[in-house]
Amino acid sequence: MPGSKKSGNVIVKYLPVYFVLLAIAGLEVVLAYQDFSPGVLIAILLALSLCGGALAVMYFMHLNQERRSLFLTLIPAVIFVLIMMNMLWSDSFRLLHMRPFAH
Amino acid sequence: MHGAGAPLLEESPYGIPSRKLTMWLFIISDAVTFGALLFGYGYLRSASSDWPAPFKFNPSILNVMIMTFILLTSSLTMLGAVDAAKAGDKAKARRFLWSTILLGVIFAGLHIREWIGLIDEGVSLFQNPWGSPLFGATFFSITGLHLLHVTGGVVAIAVISRGFSRGSLTAGHVEATGLYWHFVDLVWMFVVPLVYLLNLSH
Repeated sequence: MPGSKKSGNVIVKYLPVYFVLLAIAGLEVVLAYQDFSPGVLIAILLALSLCGGALAVMYFMHLNQERRSLFLTLIPAVIFVLIMMNMLWSDSFRLLHMRPFAH
Repeated sequence: MHGAGAPLLEESPYGIPSRKLTMWLFIISDAVTFGALLFGYGYLRSASSDWPAPFKFNPSILNVMIMTFILLTSSLTMLGAVDAAKAGDKAKARRFLWSTILLGVIFAGLHIREWIGLIDEGVSLFQNPWGSPLFGATFFSITGLHLLHVTGGVVAIAVISRGFSRGSLTAGHVEATGLYWHFVDLVWMFVVPLVYLLNLSH
């Protein structure tokens, strides 16, 4: 209920998450300038982004404070759809060969 | 049959207001939209032998780092706004909401500056001076959709701030808008490495 509780210093509470997210962003830039093969670099950057994304969802969006049923409804569905997209997008390789402007 | 005093409606299985659940459903559908764009970009990039790598540390990556800092900071101010709104502190909530708007406007300004720099170098939706013409199409589509989300978010926060100050909107509206704003931040965490850091000019 609005006005029923006192405003706490929520910014101080979430500062550690904020700094970790900033550190992840900085680390990604540093790693991007290292001599990794493209496949390894993509894997590292995606893993770091997923960690950052998970922190943002769980703490900034407070999903960790909601009922588990909300988490179980939303997150597995998104992951499933994103993985299933790979089934469709792989067809783009076949289509590319039929399109002269796609080198 | 309902007995006397029994609730006519079942309790939400998630224990959250419908407004918040609706925002979560919008967010997951939007996440899938961005996922489709990023997957499409990834496949096109892998399939193109002459994909350009135009992003120099200065100005592009430096600009992106500043933008990331600004967007993450705006998430923090949004958390403050939601907390103040829930506590009924209208003045504090408004201050935090307008700080978020200011940071969002700065982010959009820096993004547009980045776009203008690339357009001046000859990048358009269908061509660029360096290689695969699909680079411009994917770059402007992904970053453009994100910029549209930031712009929409700034407008939404301004409307919510006004409504909350006047008493026509509640802390629940501020919270739902906050969820959206954090999602915009979350998407940026994937756009930066995949679109910018994988296309560095060494």
